[in-house]
Amino acid sequence: MATQRTAQQKGRRSGQQADGARRSPKLPDKGPALALLDKMLLIRHFEERAQEMYMKAKVGGFLHLAVGEEATIVGTVSVMRDDDYLISTYREHGQALARGTDAKPIMAELFGRETGTSRGRGGSMHLFDAARRFMGGYGIVGGNLPLAAGLALASDYRQEDSVTVCMLGDGASNQGTFGETMNIAALWKLPVVFVVVNNQYGMGTAIHRHSAVTDLSKKAECMGVPGERVDGMDVLAVREVLAEHLRMAREERQPTLVEALTYRFRGHSAADPEVYRTKEEVAQWRERDPILAYAKLLQEADVLTEDELAEHDRRAIEIVDEAVRFADEGPEPALESLYDNVYVLGDQVQGWYSVDERTPEPHRGEDEPEIGKQGVAQELAEAGAAYAGAGDVQKRRRTREGDPERPEDEAAPEGAS
Amino acid sequence: MAVMRYREALNAAMREEMRADEAVFLMGEDVGVFQGAFKVSEGMLDEFGEQRVRDTPISENTIVGMGVGAAMTGLRPIVEIMTVNFALLAMDQIINSAAHIHYMFGGQAKVPLVVRFPQGGGHQLGPTHSHTMEAMFLHVPGLLVAVPSTPADAKGLLKAAIRDDNPVIYIEHESLYGMRGEVPENGAPMRFGEAAIRRQGSDVTIVGVSRMAITAQRAAEPLASQHEIEAEVIDPRTLRPLDLDTIIDSVRKTNRCVIVEEGWPHGGVGANLAALVQEQAFDFLDAPIQRVTGADVPMPYSKALEQSAIPHEEHVVKAALATFRDV
Repeated sequence: MATQRTAQQKGRRSGQQADGARRSPKLPDKGPALALLDKMLLIRHFEERAQEMYMKAKVGGFLHLAVGEEATIVGTVSVMRDDDYLISTYREHGQALARGTDAKPIMAELFGRETGTSRGRGGSMHLFDAARRFMGGYGIVGGNLPLAAGLALASDYRQEDSVTVCMLGDGASNQGTFGETMNIAALWKLPVVFVVVNNQYGMGTAIHRHSAVTDLSKKAECMGVPGERVDGMDVLAVREVLAEHLRMAREERQPTLVEALTYRFRGHSAADPEVYRTKEEVAQWRERDPILAYAKLLQEADVLTEDELAEHDRRAIEIVDEAVRFADEGPEPALESLYDNVYVLGDQVQGWYSVDERTPEPHRGEDEPEIGKQGVAQELAEAGAAYAGAGDVQKRRRTREGDPERPEDEAAPEGAS
Repeated sequence: MAVMRYREALNAAMREEMRADEAVFLMGEDVGVFQGAFKVSEGMLDEFGEQRVRDTPISENTIVGMGVGAAMTGLRPIVEIMTVNFALLAMDQIINSAAHIHYMFGGQAKVPLVVRFPQGGGHQLGPTHSHTMEAMFLHVPGLLVAVPSTPADAKGLLKAAIRDDNPVIYIEHESLYGMRGEVPENGAPMRFGEAAIRRQGSDVTIVGVSRMAITAQRAAEPLASQHEIEAEVIDPRTLRPLDLDTIIDSVRKTNRCVIVEEGWPHGGVGANLAALVQEQAFDFLDAPIQRVTGADVPMPYSKALEQSAIPHEEHVVKAALATFRDV
């Protein structure tokens, strides 16, 4: 039965290398070929600029950059259909950009602004774009795998042929959810492709120090999920392999795993002193820079001149410039919006939603039974915060639905649906 | 009205909602062929088939996470976990995903998921199968928490949980599955955040959580017949949202408050509720709020020890009397 065979058993093409990773030089038409370049340039410049903004303290928290992983990201996303689901890790700015999310709300999210993809609630690790079926970045290593299987289950349940692509890191292959999810995905024949972005390190721990099996393409085979390795620095190879695996998921309902061998040129996060790897190692991988390699290929194929490359580069920088401007101009989330979206306010539920323990409503004194209806607590309640008795909830709902001047609308993020 | 058992009421709620809405489905360990570890899903595989009543591998964190993923696309999964202790394996997905997704993505995604499981002691299941942990879920913003104590509530609240757009932690009780009671047929869903006053009284308010609502009602009888104390017994039914108004109104009337729960005392439902009551009704209290809780130990196996670790009527009576110490 075809679906039982592993990708390895299907035989390699001529481009297969010693590390088992498939490579492909076949170039698409000029338009799509240059679109790949543009996306990779955009991600590179976005990430480099995000690092600068982090150093300027415009970006807080953790910042995980995908510099060096552009071919893996763009190659994967470029062969997905619009109705396919993409779910990723906390190193996911590139995935959102590749999926078509505007750079502006992404940068604004990094800046923690109301105009960000997640209204400044998620930050760098938690981008989301429902309209493009980009189902989020997740801060828990391996936490997105069960969700991916759930998205695929939904496609299956509705008898749709959409596929879920789940990107994870090499470190996530050691989580319990990896084994659990592979088993159930294979058992239920879910339309999902797991893409392991193997950048050689789980944070600062090298792959041979964190995984007993270092050929991660084989790591899910025993659970019924065959795998294949691809050169993650080769955007065309990634495209070719992913297209085939998407087809297997879509048509044969065979979940598979693709291990993309790649490298992050920057540290684990923006504040990483990188004591776990040598400068020489980084330099060696930089020689295989996926963007330079692809640009060279385009030039050799006479698709792109040196001047045109500079022009494409300049355009990517412009988009990032504009994104930074947009992010900087975006308003900070209003403090009274703190409690927005903790709950969906529906018809079945009323009464207390959450309690602001820091500002408890003053007790209702015997002589002043109405004292609790005044002051800070009441203001918070009206903002949907703490004490929301049945009446307050009703009022809040009416305000949200009926008041055209509600603050949520003024600050609705661009690109959010 | 029909008389049915608590487990049958849950079963009826799921069937009615699944018949009404194709997006609703059930998955969990042994919910299909085995018909549920506590027979809650009895007969459902026959009625709805394998697509909608799905036996899963023993992978709690992943099946809850899959429920979250499916819910994000608009489906309405019900995930059954065999006991509350097993739900601990899924705490990552329950908190980091289910509870946070709507908020952390700025409202772009909803998670209309129900995670059902039983809790509670009484069957000598020992320290890994019989705890009472509603406080752990109550702690988490983004979750709704239901603790039904009667067959009618079991049905009405589960229907509401399935129809709600928020993730709901729906906590049943192992010792209540066989309990019989009147249940509306094809009834409307109940509303979350509406406590039930199980017994009217003017002398002391007793709030009983989950099965302890029944223990509190039983304790009210000797309080009345032997001590001339009329207890008002309140069953909050849902902990998030909490109908604090009903509790506060009662305390303002009785001036005394006892909170009864089966769970551990530290950081418990009663600890939280006592804080809320004193914040809002301090001047109405004639005595310190009393808490009756499970013993602060892992649940022991021995029948005698287990029974001694669970609150009983006499503990509630004693606590209620303690609020009259100064009289």
